Amino acid sequence: MDRQVVLPFLKSLEIAYKNLRVRFFRSMITTMSLVLAIAFLTFVGVTTDIINGMLDSGNTEAHQKLTQSGYDIDSVQSRMESDVKQRWIIMLSLLVCVVGIVNAQLMAVTERFREIGTMKCLGALDRFILRLFLLEAGIQGLAGAAIGAVAGCFFALLNAFFRFGTLFLTGFYWSDMAAAAGVAMGVGSLLSLIGVFYPAMVASRMQPVEAMRIEH
Amino acid sequence: MTEPGNIVRVSKLTKNFKMGKMDVEVLKGIDLEIVKGQYISIMGPSGSGKSTLFNMIGGLDKPTSGKVYIDEVDISQLDAYELAWLRCRKIGYIFQTFNIIQVMTALENVTLPMVFAGMNNDDAVQKGIELLDVVGLGDRFQHKPFELSGGQQQRVAVARALANDPAIILADEPTGNLDLTTGEEIIKLLKRLSLERGVTIISATHDFKMLNVSDQVVWIRDGRVDKIEDRNELSISVGQIDDRG
Repeated sequence: MDRQVVLPFLKSLEIAYKNLRVRFFRSMITTMSLVLAIAFLTFVGVTTDIINGMLDSGNTEAHQKLTQSGYDIDSVQSRMESDVKQRWIIMLSLLVCVVGIVNAQLMAVTERFREIGTMKCLGALDRFILRLFLLEAGIQGLAGAAIGAVAGCFFALLNAFFRFGTLFLTGFYWSDMAAAAGVAMGVGSLLSLIGVFYPAMVASRMQPVEAMRIEH
Repeated sequence: MTEPGNIVRVSKLTKNFKMGKMDVEVLKGIDLEIVKGQYISIMGPSGSGKSTLFNMIGGLDKPTSGKVYIDEVDISQLDAYELAWLRCRKIGYIFQTFNIIQVMTALENVTLPMVFAGMNNDDAVQKGIELLDVVGLGDRFQHKPFELSGGQQQRVAVARALANDPAIILADEPTGNLDLTTGEEIIKLLKRLSLERGVTIISATHDFKMLNVSDQVVWIRDGRVDKIEDRNELSISVGQIDDRG
């Protein structure tokens, strides 16, 4: 007989999904920092696309509007500088986001010690547990990043509309926005996975007795 | 040397725990043989090491020295995969705190070990419903644990322990968190399963209700086997049991 325990991928996906659904509020809190960070990232990306589009369009009216709202369109240098600053802020926000996720996931793992130990007593291997946590984080990452990207795009467009009127559409391509949103979603999913990796390792390596010994 | 009927054999088992800088010897050399199909109670006061012994037999903890054989296989020689397989297929666990997975329904709890064992979903669901029926919860399989009483949760745990037709059921204080009547029902249920299915039941307990159904009682004291009594000896000495604490 094949002495192997298994957990089919679809089944793990089902368990991960159910776990998230049952702990909806908890998962939402974990996802919230991701939503905010990704919304910010998308907002900055799309706004930059809009402004660059207006600059490159050569439309004088658009250039006037930009000057009115404080952009120095003559100096390429200032554009570069603001880019560097922005990049720093984005990096920081993403870093804070990862730390937030690690923190929330560590809490979640602690809450689930007993459940993990029970699963191990029933024959689960370390990698089943790891896979469940990674899948949950992946789903959270995708969902959170999607919400964040949509929110970011929406507010970037809204902001541009109020500042420049319909002029913001000069030289703006929807495909650029889609690309920015896509990048943000990718980054978001990746961040979620990075954030859960350490907590998931802690969870999966736990000996079943240790898990059982913890009193709740 | 060994009888073929032994499902569990423990030989010169010791276990030390580190408490700060001190080594505390919890088990001081235990030898034990458990015959297939019997209902064994491991009795002893708190701190006597019975839970530790129990964890060793269940492959949940590693001994400091000595061997544990399950079906004549030395479990310290098993790698992580084989150990997981052993936990999944050979041993069913029942805990004092039930340890039902809270986010799953009763049925999902019972089918989980079968999924690990590679059974396909339809068969697992069917067998899960049958098992819940056996423990008297046939109509409550879609309930979540928090909708079940303690006794019902423990029944789910019993059904889950039976999922892969294990040779051994290890029950750590199965009645510890239950009231008198509910505890009695669980004990009767375990006894019935032991008789019907020929599964060996090893139960760590200090519940004297267990004594009536046990084929053998192993008394543990200070990390040693104090005394092993068979059922017929028990009925004679039953008057003294209260003195043992």
